[in-house]
Amino acid sequence: MAEPAKSPPAPPAKSTPKKFLYVNRRAPYGTIYALESLEVVLIGAAFDQHVALAFIDDGVFQLTKGQDTKSLGVKNFSPTFRALGDYGVTKFYVEKESMQERGLTLDDLQAVTYEDENDGFKEKPSIQVVSRSEMGAIMQQQDVLLNF
Amino acid sequence: MGYMLNGTDFEADEEGYLTDLSVWNPDLALLIAQSEDLEMNDERWEVVNFLRSYYDEYQVAPAIRVLTKALAKTMGPDKSSNEYLYTLFPYGPAKQACKIAGLPKPTGCV
Repeated sequence: MAEPAKSPPAPPAKSTPKKFLYVNRRAPYGTIYALESLEVVLIGAAFDQHVALAFIDDGVFQLTKGQDTKSLGVKNFSPTFRALGDYGVTKFYVEKESMQERGLTLDDLQAVTYEDENDGFKEKPSIQVVSRSEMGAIMQQQDVLLNF
Repeated sequence: MGYMLNGTDFEADEEGYLTDLSVWNPDLALLIAQSEDLEMNDERWEVVNFLRSYYDEYQVAPAIRVLTKALAKTMGPDKSSNEYLYTLFPYGPAKQACKIAGLPKPTGCV
């Protein structure tokens, strides 16, 4: 006969956080994809997962500075990208070729920074411009890819 | 539902969040707080004002974890703990304080 359990059951093992990459491919306005992606990022980050963002194709327009949506009658949500550092989202991979094809340079994008807790809270840039092949390698390292 | 203040009707959703955040004013905040059975004091105003300036800058209300982290930075660690915030806003600081601040309900579960 089995011995009665003497100690309370061990708490469930904490699940290992997964690596999520949110791939943003579309222009910020005109469809709901970009805003929905951002909302899901905010929710996912609140659950302590490793969250990174990728911007390719027209998705690179999401990070451009000086967006004005008044005449579109929708909210300009681009400032929210700058809040993501507070959520531990510190990696914004922007594809170089997609920017070049659209005549954009890093100067056309808004500055997004985060404070590095492991480096005396120094302010560091979140945006990293990567080549198409580097982007492929980054995608391979992820547990979950979400396309928007 | 909505809020009636000085003869003006301010529209709110079924949970009491203002539908148009641009109509917010401090008197309206007092009225919303009243409907939450809360009396506004300096400590509650600090949080409400912080939420409004955060929203103004980022167009998003902070999640509770972000709120405590940010408050620690601006107001010191003793005014940033979860316990402290829940003493001020027993039904959830992000949720209740955002409502009083006239912001939309925060994204995510807080």
